Amino acid sequence: MAHHTTSAVDHGHGEHDSAHGSLKSYIIGFILSIILTLGSFGLLMVEGVPRNIILPGIIVLCIAQLLVQLVFFLHMGTSKSQRDNLSAFVFAVFVIAIIVVGSLWVLYNMNANMMHPMPGM
Amino acid sequence: MSHAATTLPHGSGAHAAGHHDEHHDDGSKTVVGFWIYLMSDLLIFAVLFATFAVLSNATAGGPTGKELFELPFVLVETMLLLISSFTFGMAMLNMHAGNKGRVIGWLIVTFLFGAGFIGMEIYEFHHLITHGHGPNTSAFLSSFFTLVGTHGLHVSFGLLWIIIMIDLIRRHGLDGINKRRLSCLSLFWHFLDIVWICVFTFVYLMGAI
Repeated sequence: MAHHTTSAVDHGHGEHDSAHGSLKSYIIGFILSIILTLGSFGLLMVEGVPRNIILPGIIVLCIAQLLVQLVFFLHMGTSKSQRDNLSAFVFAVFVIAIIVVGSLWVLYNMNANMMHPMPGM
Repeated sequence: MSHAATTLPHGSGAHAAGHHDEHHDDGSKTVVGFWIYLMSDLLIFAVLFATFAVLSNATAGGPTGKELFELPFVLVETMLLLISSFTFGMAMLNMHAGNKGRVIGWLIVTFLFGAGFIGMEIYEFHHLITHGHGPNTSAFLSSFFTLVGTHGLHVSFGLLWIIIMIDLIRRHGLDGINKRRLSCLSLFWHFLDIVWICVFTFVYLMGAI
């Protein structure tokens, strides 16, 4: 019994260290997110960026920024202590993909196939 | 009598099991539970994002995003929220180090950056409404105010929570309960930063293309 308690506490400690992050990981995450943010805004605010790369550019930078924040600030990972969080997150992303993609798909088709009122009718 | 004799060991066994669980709960279950709440909150934002995406061209003859949004303003807002996320990280590192004074100090810094963000958002909303571009102008602006306003409301509640945490830590120190509460608040605050990344990308930047 006593042995069990001690091992559980030690186990908990080891998990905590990996799930907390260090000063270094916070600073790396912060610098990366600043760079990615400036990159996204730069695509629109700097003159002379080709128009056809702006949309894919900001979406790629957005996804990269989300991953940086999830890993460096929310300490999400595949370690044992993070498994519950990770599976809940993956499920949420799955549901969100259905809701967002489904809404856009259905409503775009409805919009395209509906008769629009003619001006002056 | 025999009934009582059979239930008694059973009851005491259940009690011992309950005590056992209580002893081993280090607060990780609370944090996982809070994480599940955050995921359900993420679904609220997903629905609002989907609504905005569907209605973003329904300007009803009113102004478009390109005419309304000022990107340098949004960039400053974003930086304030990013810095506040980092300073909250510093508060968490000091919490694990057991440094009560520094935790309170970093929480105050986080509060100031978060309050700066909310101040700028209130200014932006006030500016839009007084110039006749309120939420009743078009479906686009209705969905814009709902999405950005819901995020702003979350940040405002986060600010309130930070004030409460500062007072709790000042009074009771960094005990187990306060550490657990601060861990939940940390998740909440970083989560709002993540939602804001989607807001500035899909609302402001895509609207300005």
